[in-house]
Amino acid sequence: MKRKKEPTLHSQGGKKIELLEMKNIYKKFPGVIANDNINLTVKGGEIHALLGENGAGKTTLMNILYGIYQPDRGEVYINGEKTTIKSPRDAIELAIGMVHQHFMLIPTHTVAENISLGFKEAPFLYPTRVIEERIRDFTDKYGLKINPKAKIWQLSAGEQQRVEIIKTLFRGASLLILDEPTSVLTPQETEELFSILKRLVEEKHSVIFITHKLEEVMEVSDRVTVLRKGKVVTTVKTKDTSKKELARMMVGREVIFKLEREKLKKGEKVLEVKNLSVENDRGLMAVKEVSFSVHKNEIFGIAGVAGNGQRELVEAITGLRRVKDGKVEILNVDVTNSSPKRIGDIGVAHIPEERIRFGIVPNLSVYENVVLRDYYHEPFSKGSFLNYPYIKEHSKKLVKEFSIDTPSIETSVKLLSGGNIQKLILAREISTKSNLIIAAHPTYGLDVAATEYIRKLLLKKREEGAAILLVSEDLEEVFELSDRIAVMFEGKFMGIIPREKTNLQDIGLMMAGSKTLEKKYED
Amino acid sequence: MKIKVEKRGEISPKKRFTYLILSLIIGFLIGGLIFLFKGINPLYALQKIFIGSFGSIYGWKETMTKAIPLMLCGIGLTLAFKGKFWNIGADGQLLFGAFLATWIALSLGKIYPAFVVLPLMFVGGFVSGAFWGIIPAIMKVKLGINEVITTLMLNYIAGQFIQYLVYGPWKGKTQYGFPYTDNFSASATLPIIKGTRIHYPTLIIGIILAILIYIFMMKTKTGYEIRVIGENPEAAKYAGINFLKTTIIMMAISGGIAGLAGVGEVAGIHHHLTTPTQISSGYGYTAIIVAWLARLNPLVVILSSIFFGGILVGGDTIQTSMGLPFATINIFNGLILISVISINFFLEYKISIKR
Amino acid sequence: MEGYEFLIISVLKRALVAGTPLLLGTLGEIYAERSGVLNLGVEGLMAIGAVSGFGVALVTGNPWLGLLAAAVFGAILSLVHAFVSVTLKSNQIISGLALTMLGLGISGLWGKAYIGIPLTTKFESVKIPILSKIPYVGEILFHQDPIFYISVIAGIVMWFILFKTEVGINIRSVGENPLAADAMGVNVYKTRYVCVVIGGVLAGVAGAHLSLAYIPSWIEGMTGGRGWIVIALTIFALWNPLRAMLGAYLFGGIYVLQYLLQPIGIPPNILLMFPYLATLFVLLISAQETFRKRMGAPKSLGVPYDKEEK
Repeated sequence: MKRKKEPTLHSQGGKKIELLEMKNIYKKFPGVIANDNINLTVKGGEIHALLGENGAGKTTLMNILYGIYQPDRGEVYINGEKTTIKSPRDAIELAIGMVHQHFMLIPTHTVAENISLGFKEAPFLYPTRVIEERIRDFTDKYGLKINPKAKIWQLSAGEQQRVEIIKTLFRGASLLILDEPTSVLTPQETEELFSILKRLVEEKHSVIFITHKLEEVMEVSDRVTVLRKGKVVTTVKTKDTSKKELARMMVGREVIFKLEREKLKKGEKVLEVKNLSVENDRGLMAVKEVSFSVHKNEIFGIAGVAGNGQRELVEAITGLRRVKDGKVEILNVDVTNSSPKRIGDIGVAHIPEERIRFGIVPNLSVYENVVLRDYYHEPFSKGSFLNYPYIKEHSKKLVKEFSIDTPSIETSVKLLSGGNIQKLILAREISTKSNLIIAAHPTYGLDVAATEYIRKLLLKKREEGAAILLVSEDLEEVFELSDRIAVMFEGKFMGIIPREKTNLQDIGLMMAGSKTLEKKYED
Repeated sequence: MKIKVEKRGEISPKKRFTYLILSLIIGFLIGGLIFLFKGINPLYALQKIFIGSFGSIYGWKETMTKAIPLMLCGIGLTLAFKGKFWNIGADGQLLFGAFLATWIALSLGKIYPAFVVLPLMFVGGFVSGAFWGIIPAIMKVKLGINEVITTLMLNYIAGQFIQYLVYGPWKGKTQYGFPYTDNFSASATLPIIKGTRIHYPTLIIGIILAILIYIFMMKTKTGYEIRVIGENPEAAKYAGINFLKTTIIMMAISGGIAGLAGVGEVAGIHHHLTTPTQISSGYGYTAIIVAWLARLNPLVVILSSIFFGGILVGGDTIQTSMGLPFATINIFNGLILISVISINFFLEYKISIKR
Repeated sequence: MEGYEFLIISVLKRALVAGTPLLLGTLGEIYAERSGVLNLGVEGLMAIGAVSGFGVALVTGNPWLGLLAAAVFGAILSLVHAFVSVTLKSNQIISGLALTMLGLGISGLWGKAYIGIPLTTKFESVKIPILSKIPYVGEILFHQDPIFYISVIAGIVMWFILFKTEVGINIRSVGENPLAADAMGVNVYKTRYVCVVIGGVLAGVAGAHLSLAYIPSWIEGMTGGRGWIVIALTIFALWNPLRAMLGAYLFGGIYVLQYLLQPIGIPPNILLMFPYLATLFVLLISAQETFRKRMGAPKSLGVPYDKEEK
């Protein structure tokens, strides 16, 4: 069996990228200019942060660099030579590697199979055997520990990310692009990632680090380029700037970090969860005997890395998933295993985790989406028929009240931006149901303006007497909004703490499962 | 030279219509080429088809006759397809409707008058077709079984069942050994427009149903639920829509309406039950194109069913006057369908060529 | 040899023959679906394979040329489906149905000239030396027509490629997560085209087996819904070529069962229902198993891949 040529790794004298220049990059999508004459320079051996809020054009720019998109205008130069990158294959040839925000892995395949995917130097027969041997070299050199025979769905987010990084290194990547890499990591895993990056840079790799988190930019990058609305605002050395300055450049105005929140006395119980156990799709226990309650005038935040049972917990409470054991009571009514309609009728609003996938019907119009959860109630319907005049009136009101940017209520919802879709969902839910509001990752992927709007809205509802259950991976958001914070790890609540008594280190340890609080402020 | 593909925003109805006509023309052009390849003059064939179907009074009569079952099946399919339930089983549902209608005709036809028997036949045909449609609906919702195969298999099973009846226990004693049931009595026969074969009560039912189903689809709660399930089943789940109930209602109606088409065929055209190929003539399959061409709008089905009625008559014409097998018309059907969905691409995306 | 022994051997032998076109079709559809494309046009492709195989064999006097023609025509027609489904990103279900109509129509037109003509140059059974002398098994397994042997080898080879090679990983990944495959430099469009055409070739060959070995002649509608049974078998096989062999031959047995039960007095039409009833039954079992083993269709099956989707 003839072995194909072994790849020459960067560290073994393979291609090295000393200088990357992207000049005058312009890219337009229908209705939006994503990149408007962008110039970017990255030097060998540096960690370069690409900072901007959601929608600023960072991911588009890097997708162009990686060959996923083609620029309408502009050029890319590597080590002074002009290059054309027509596909990821070309990018890989040029020693560019990318770790995407949403992992590009196949859950049912093994680590080795995922690494072999599209790997030109892999042998035709039994490719995984070679990979399995070579992986051990990597763990030693870069500290990337992984079991090549494990199936991806068995791995944690941090481990999956390591697989992604190994994928790029295997193909001789010299420049690594990481897109929002810490969004799925615990604080400890984030530290581990940063030390891996520092080791890469010691070996003269370069890293482009896309993020919207100022903390990380200050901690790990050498230089930072700020993008806003598709244009470059500035490129500076990290040590020459500050968080406040970067924030201002990112948003274009002074950013208020803290939202106004009143200290309120919490009211009566609205949601009570008792010893709840829920299975996931694979039949494993995703929620293990969780107990807590949420009161009026209170925001109860659940922090934790995605995949620790939050989704199953929310689905169980909203009637979308069967409960294995335990009880859910809302306003003293037992709603365990009730239908979503019944739970909605008690006044429970649900802002779902993946808004486009679950929360709207993209091909239907705005007004048809407004009634998604209320169509069977009077006055939205009369008898068997839908009451369109009322529905349209109501929709127009909501569009105005919530400043939803749409050409008309007849427009297909799929044409709206992410922020406006989320506003539509919130408007729809909150206007008819506000006893209990369940918000799962409500500001994920939204720009600062929409994010601020939604957080302010939640606080307002809290004042008005709503009980709010917030699930978010964004620790900053959880801290900002919650009265009490629970940390979820592997299906259990590691601790429930009032906001005043928390500190980041404790939370981080709980998120990683390393600490359990003795005193749980369950009530 | 670079080819750039961009997604478009909203598309105007006028543009859609233009592209639709364009796709039909392309379909016929390619069909013409295939004919040419086989040594047949395509212009002659097309002329025969169109003159045969639309150029004479006789042609129109035949076209309308064939349009009736296409209209009914097509209307039923628009509902199912809106819910993204790929009902390929309209043929079988038609046959099952014909089956129960025949049973009613043969057992009650000599005893009761027409105003009792005929409505009963229609009701029976609807119920029977609905039953045949509900089976795959339950299989899909409860067990996740692909409905394309189940509805298709039920077509074959229904066909064999009818075949068994007409060669066996139901073979008419007055039919000289042919695979027909006894002829229906007058009380089980639909009236026709004089001088034609058009059994107008069924046609009227069809037009009324087109309106009713349109209203059902767009204005009722269940219609809304069907559309949400079709467009985004995950959102339907989130909204608490009952998949089982809604899908069963949808397929009961879809199958039931196809069953009505079956009643029309046995009570209006043949006046007895005979082999499945005679009764359903593939109407259930052609109705798929009828529904798709109408962009799943039951009102437009009225028009597209007449158009395809014409094409089917054309199939008969080229069979008799040019000696070609009837299956040939499937070539046009297939080509039109492919053209329509291909042209859709150019509607959704803008192609620009850059130098 | 006793009478009933002869009967059993004969039954098993015929079951393998009857299962051969089903196996070929299923192997092809497995590859197409593994890459993420649902091809409902198998019935039409088989029809085209049957008519073209018959026609060319008749004219040239060589069944192998007929087989080649069937493969070629199957490939060409499936290319239409590939273009419409992959490049034009259209609804794959409707495209497949259109393909079936087209295939049945073209074959009906073409085959008109062949109705009633016997084929003298069909595929004869070939006895494999030595192996065919093994008692019982030898007659069943090693005294069959050449296409049977081809299909068995194809099954094993295709299984090996799919699960033990780099190419197989790429195909499977394209079907599970085309975005990931694309990001790793695999050409999603090309992979899907190739797999659909493989499906077309095998479906064409399956059809040729019907007209050149199994029946052998040309009758309009001779595919008899086998193309749809192939789709069901693909699910039953859990998209695994080895399991496909099991399913195909079991089904072949059902076809043979029809003949066996005829003398008992069951009405022939009820017997003719068997393959279709069996298909429903098979789907029921598969539904249970998929649920149990939590193994399902390739995640991206039937979903067109849009590279520039933002």
